[in-house]
This record gives sequence, structure tokens and C-alpha cells, in this order.
Amino acid sequence: MNVAIIGIGLHRFGRSPNMSGMQQGASAVRAALADAGLSWADMQFAYGGSQDGGNADALVNELGLTGLQFTNIWNGCATGGSSLHAAYSSIKSGEYDVGVVVGFDKHPRGAFNPRPKEWGLDEWYGETGLMLTTQFFALKTQRYMHDHGITEDALIRVSEKAFTNGSLTPTAWRQQALSYEEIANSAMVSDPLRKYMFCSPAEGGAALIICNADKAHQYCSNPLFLKAAAVRTRHYGSFEVFAPSQAMEVADAPTVTASKAAFEQAGIGPEDVDVMQLQDTDSGTEIMHMAENGFCEHGEQEKLLLEGATGIHGRLPINTDGGCLANGEPVGASGLRQVYEVCVQLRGEGGARQVPNEPKVGYTHVYGAPGISGVNIITK
Amino acid sequence: MSNQVPLHEGLFTWPAAKPQLLGSRCNQCAEATFPAQPDCRSCGSRQTTIVELGDRGILWTWTIQTFMPKQPYRSDETPETFRPYGVGYVEMPGGVRVEARLQANSPDQLQIGMPMQLDIIPFRTDKNGNQKMTFSFSAAQGV
Ligand SMILES: [Zn+2]
Repeated sequence: MNVAIIGIGLHRFGRSPNMSGMQQGASAVRAALADAGLSWADMQFAYGGSQDGGNADALVNELGLTGLQFTNIWNGCATGGSSLHAAYSSIKSGEYDVGVVVGFDKHPRGAFNPRPKEWGLDEWYGETGLMLTTQFFALKTQRYMHDHGITEDALIRVSEKAFTNGSLTPTAWRQQALSYEEIANSAMVSDPLRKYMFCSPAEGGAALIICNADKAHQYCSNPLFLKAAAVRTRHYGSFEVFAPSQAMEVADAPTVTASKAAFEQAGIGPEDVDVMQLQDTDSGTEIMHMAENGFCEHGEQEKLLLEGATGIHGRLPINTDGGCLANGEPVGASGLRQVYEVCVQLRGEGGARQVPNEPKVGYTHVYGAPGISGVNIITK
Repeated sequence: MSNQVPLHEGLFTWPAAKPQLLGSRCNQCAEATFPAQPDCRSCGSRQTTIVELGDRGILWTWTIQTFMPKQPYRSDETPETFRPYGVGYVEMPGGVRVEARLQANSPDQLQIGMPMQLDIIPFRTDKNGNQKMTFSFSAAQGV
């Protein structure tokens, strides 16, 4: 059974002061249903996830008590990838024909404050100030720059591109382009990462209508196809967030294994991808994820960024809607926003941010604590 | 004088003339981890032994924490008295990289590959007036 995406919906990321996280999730589902020309009553199953917005299955109170199978998914920043993977499997297995995947969130302002116990850690780790995701990404980026000859110039260019793309995206939270100098001179947060190199927790919702591909044309004249969905956790030795210690021998990140699995499922390689969304919690992360997902060699990013290869008109268009940097990260919704954006691009509906030459293959990648990665490949 | 007590039991030998970080080593595959745990993350064995990981190491990576973290951070500081601190992974002779606070707090004091030494330092004062001690690293003195 092949899997199609027949509807996409987004509740704008950023701040929606008069709406709960749940309402933003419901808004995204309604938009996706309208896009597919279906109603909530047509949905046979749902997978959903949120960190701070409440239990996803409570959405039925807003959308209707239809009795459908509704499963809550929680996998940190990779929640969207995991939800979509669950839906993919439900269709693949032949159990269901049509259903919805939804993610939403509404976080308090400022950095996340994780609880050590929920991550299997003792209180001292949090108390002494070692349990910050911003620190981890800085520590990993610092070592990566040292090992692969990446300079601050590359970090700045990732942010510059993100905010440029955000300025072309009507649904982005941050719609103001920032100059190279503004980014380079912004406050140092965690060396080597500066203020405008980090994404912020935000609000928003995203939803997709997923369907048995054999039946997709009944509903939709322009279905897209979900060719691969892979989720992987960390191996012993990979350098991950919230780790009081790391093994001496560094193993491949879960992104590497998820990416390989997804390419294998889809029967294509990185060179076949026309547009991609890579987890950009910060600009260092996007750089490392370029190589971990197989789109370049380690160290090659410096040159690619200098040449503008990752811009909308470049040969590796990455995070065409401005990514997490310009959209913020409502954790439950973020991974599905990536899929939404890739679908927009494949449909040719990107407007000012449309990747030229009719992209046919899209790729999405989420990464979350404590070392989990989800990859999707979507085609025309 | 206030009492000094470890913030958490089992992280380091202390008080001691030369305090050492404590971890565990797997009896099967010999991989080490910090803090000590009864299971092995590498091979899944349930046979591990508590071992000393050493008191000196090499800085593997670092950053500076410039803003005062929210909870679960718990120190005596206020936003006014907060002092940025370094964070790094230090490669220990016991065969594991340990994440730790660093006493250096400016980029020009830190470099990947520099030798570091373990210090057991007061971190905060509890409600009974005891000083809670934690582990930290600074640039190694002498060799
Ligand atoms: Zn073992």
C-alpha cells in the first residue's frame, strides 16, 4: 500500500495570544480538511502530539466526537516525525484508508526548562546548570567547527538565509530579513552561537491528511506521495543532548541512520532531492545536519554557504520557509510544518519563495532530545 | 564554620587529598560511564564496577553559559549576581568524556585540547547552612 498526502494545513507560527495551543491544532486540522475537501467525520484515525498544549486527543472536543482511533505521540522535537511515521504505517498496513496527523504547541517564553527525572537523570545535573539544549548545540557545534574547519562565517550565513526566506513567507513568525552584520554583532549566547543563530519556543499548529495512494485521486487532483518515513534513536557513542558523559568513540548520529533508512525505503539518494527541510534549532545544527543527512561531505558546508547553494535558487534549497529560525519551534508542530512547506514547494505554491524548475522530490528531517531523528521523503 | 557536603552522593571521592571523579566500568565490554550506573549503555550487561575516572583530563569541547538558566538550575545566584560559567566535556583517563562546569568563563581562556584538572567547589548553600559541593574543572596547574 502506498501512502499519499492529500491535504495540508497550518495555523500560523509565532504568537496567537487569544488562542490555546489546542485551538491552534484544531485550526490546522480544519485547514488541512478544507484543503483535502474532506470533513472531520471522514477521518478514520488520528495521530497527534504536543509538549505544552495538552493531550492531542482532546482535540475531539473541538472537532467532533466521531469515535475515531486517536493516538497521542510524544517524542520531543521529533514528535511530528514520529506522528507521521505512525500514520504512514497505519496506511501501509492496509488497516486504514484516510486519517490525520496533527501537531500543535504553545510554550511559555524563553528557553525550555526540562525536568531531569523525565530524562532519566538525577537532580544535580539540572541544578548545576548542565541541562540546557542551547549548551549542547553550542558544544557540538564548537567541536564540529574544530574537526571540520567550519568558521563563524558559515554560522552567520545560515541565519542570514533563514531570515531572508522568512521575509518571503507570509506564514513565518519572523518576517524581517537580517543583515550579515546584524547577525555577526548580535549577543553571544553560548559560544560559538549568537542570539540570531537560535530559534525560540513559539506557538502554532500543523496538520496533514494522509490517504491510501490507490484512493487518493478520489479526493484530490494533486496528491503527493510519502515515499519514506523513518525514525531512529541514538546509538551508543553518538554525541547527544542531555548526556552527563559521552563514549570516547564517536558513533554516527541518529540522523545518519534515519536518513539512510529513508533513502533506502524510497529507493533514491540525496542527489535526487530538490528541496529540503532540516532541523535548524540553531545555525550550527543546520550545518551539521547537511552532512548527517548525506547532502554534502563534512566540512564542505563552508564553501556551499559562501556560494549560496542552500538558498532558494541554489542547488540545495534548505529551509525555504525560514525553518525553525524564522518560524520558532512549537515542538509538537514543528516537524509537520516542515512537511507542510515541502508539500507547498512540490505543488508549486511557494509564491515569492518558490524553488524554481518544478521540484519533484522533497525531504524533511527533525531531530530532538535525547537523540532521536525522523526523516520523510515526499514526491510528486 | 558551615559544613561542606556533596551535592549528590557517588559523583566523586570527597573529602580526599586528591579527589577523583567516580564512574562505572562494564565487566563485559570495559566501557566506562559517568555517573556510575548499574547497567551498561554499550552492551546491556548488568555487571558494572564503580571505578575512579581520574582527576585530570583534556578539554574536548566547550561553551560559555552567558545567561542565568531557569529551573531546574538551582544556585544561590540572582539575575544580578549571576556570573557566566564555562561548560565542557573533559576526556578522562578512565576512558569517558565527562560534561562539567568549567571555572573559566571567557572564550580566550578555553581551547580544545587543553589539560584540565578536577576541583571540588562549593556550589550553593542549603537551608541548614551546609555548603553543597560539586565538581568542576579548571586549567591544569603544573604537570
Ligand atoms: Zn558493556
